[in-house]
Amino acid sequence: MQTPILEVKNLEVSFATYAGTIQAIRGVDFQLFEGETLAIVGESGSGKSVTTKTLLGLNAANATVKKGSQILLGNTNLADYKEKDWDQIRGKKIAMVFQDPMTSLDPTMTIGKQIAEPMEKHLGKKAKEAREAALALMKDVGIPDAEEHIDDYPHQWSGGMRQRAVIAIALAAEPDILIADEPTTALDVTIQAQILNILKAQQKKRKMAVIFITHDLGVVADVADRVAVMYAGKIVEKGTVNEIFYNPKHPYTWGLLSSMPTTSTALGSLHAIPGTPPDLLYPPKGDAFANRNAYALKIDHEKQPPFFQVSPTHEAATWLLDKRAPKVVPPEEIQKRQAYWQEHFVKEG
Amino acid sequence: MENPEAKKLVSIKNLTLTFNAGKKNEKTALEDVSFDIYEGETFGLVGESGSGKTTLGRTVLKLYSPAGGSIEFDGSDINKMKKKELADFRSKAQMIFQDPQASLNGRLTVSNILGEGLDEAGFTKNKEERRKKVLELLHMVGLNEDHASRYPHEFSGGQKQRIGIARALAVQPKFVIADEPISALDVSVQAQVVNLLAKLQKEQKLTYLFIAHDLAMVKYLSDRIGVLHWGKLVELGTADQVYNHPLHPYTKSLLSAVPVPDPVKEKAHHVKSYDPSFEKDGQERHMVEMEAGHFVLATQEEAAKYKADQN
Repeated sequence: MQTPILEVKNLEVSFATYAGTIQAIRGVDFQLFEGETLAIVGESGSGKSVTTKTLLGLNAANATVKKGSQILLGNTNLADYKEKDWDQIRGKKIAMVFQDPMTSLDPTMTIGKQIAEPMEKHLGKKAKEAREAALALMKDVGIPDAEEHIDDYPHQWSGGMRQRAVIAIALAAEPDILIADEPTTALDVTIQAQILNILKAQQKKRKMAVIFITHDLGVVADVADRVAVMYAGKIVEKGTVNEIFYNPKHPYTWGLLSSMPTTSTALGSLHAIPGTPPDLLYPPKGDAFANRNAYALKIDHEKQPPFFQVSPTHEAATWLLDKRAPKVVPPEEIQKRQAYWQEHFVKEG
Repeated sequence: MENPEAKKLVSIKNLTLTFNAGKKNEKTALEDVSFDIYEGETFGLVGESGSGKTTLGRTVLKLYSPAGGSIEFDGSDINKMKKKELADFRSKAQMIFQDPQASLNGRLTVSNILGEGLDEAGFTKNKEERRKKVLELLHMVGLNEDHASRYPHEFSGGQKQRIGIARALAVQPKFVIADEPISALDVSVQAQVVNLLAKLQKEQKLTYLFIAHDLAMVKYLSDRIGVLHWGKLVELGTADQVYNHPLHPYTKSLLSAVPVPDPVKEKAHHVKSYDPSFEKDGQERHMVEMEAGHFVLATQEEAAKYKADQN
């Protein structure tokens, strides 16, 4: 087994608010390997963005990373970092692409300058050298006529072009890890496809590891090697992209996969997960999904399920995988996916 | 909806809309758009941002005045309506907005948000009746009595959108425009709202104009679909015709860009690129009917080529 370049162990993050303490991340573990794409899927409030912001020390002032949480980048534990230490990490080791390209660019600085800045800061390049490199990088991310546009300001560009600039800035200091937080959610599908292709090509070229955060399962299917599904501050299932899409085990993953229509879903057959996610001011005692889960067992309401190993690469936190649990029949959409799994991935004999 | 006896509820003919007409920054947002919406159907409108889909929806509700063409609702031109007729149209045609937070008045209780429309339409003779009607509306969208006295900020996104739907339906409309009604909602809640829209349509025989950029959702809900690009309708047909047998290269490109939640398929698949430059070559293009109910914007030669490409 490879050694991971990043390992998160027992991460817990809470936010102090006027209403009380919100337990946003309630024990998250995952590993990230060189060159791979790990997709973190979940809805708003599930903790996917907080998780990645914690990896860069970008949480708001009212956030606390609980003692004992570990974010291991090589031999250093980023969970212990003070503000002054982060300069060595941000942009240089781990860089980030945000959702909204307008608010993540500086409107008063030319795009060329914004791309050159991390090179000067982290790679020690001289201004002229950095400008040359910025130009090359603009071409790399598919910005046409880069020479003419290097001195443009962000407002002169369209959303898709701006997002290319944001990617170029993130790549500028040659990070080992790129975090992309909903990088295409604000874009049209045709532009989204272009941006995803650029990200994939650059990742391959630079052998970067990518953490890709999204709620769009179509995008996950496109980019991910492995997937972690988050719900209410915890990872509930993780596995290879094929394991998650064709052989999912957690009822929340089932719900997500069945509540997205494909272009062949017949009217009236769309499955909806009932209810809404729990309030993390008062995290539930048992499985956080239990109240919305048609397959919930009695124990789900009382005790949090541990991870059950499905394969060496696949685990899910649901009591349904316990030996004593009754056999259940998953939703129709999932049965179809499992049939595909049986046919294409399970070897005969 | 190929049934020839189906009644046209909305009929849009040669609609053109220009912003800043006569000024330097003049912009044609809609150009020569024609289509009908039949009673009881869901007409889906897709296109990228800037294609004019929201503008079209607003024009159909008479929120913008067109530069040319006509929009008929139930047989009368909405831009020629007089006071009383117009008031009637305003209650017959309603809108559900994208952002339920921004479209609900934060200073009113839910009961007053819904009651306002009821009062305006003259459905409430006294307080008791108003209360009863508000409760009916809440039940209809899956909320209950307890919610009536609360303010919008006390609700989750999905619940707010339910209130937005209840408000639109308060005045008993026949026609509802839903402009991106689910794109601000969480994935697990989107399906709830879509199922609610489908249920209400069946119960109340509503006609929908459903505008969205989520192409899979549009396909799921719609009977017929129109594809807008640069203010022009480039393709029109049943959901099956447009999605499974697209003709226009723009439609093909748009559909190929939708990522599907199936890793084996998605990873093997390539997006078709689209070069729109030919649209500006000055040639006249018309909606050509390629098969019953399936239209594409093309010259005669292009139409022949599209047909050949399909076989």
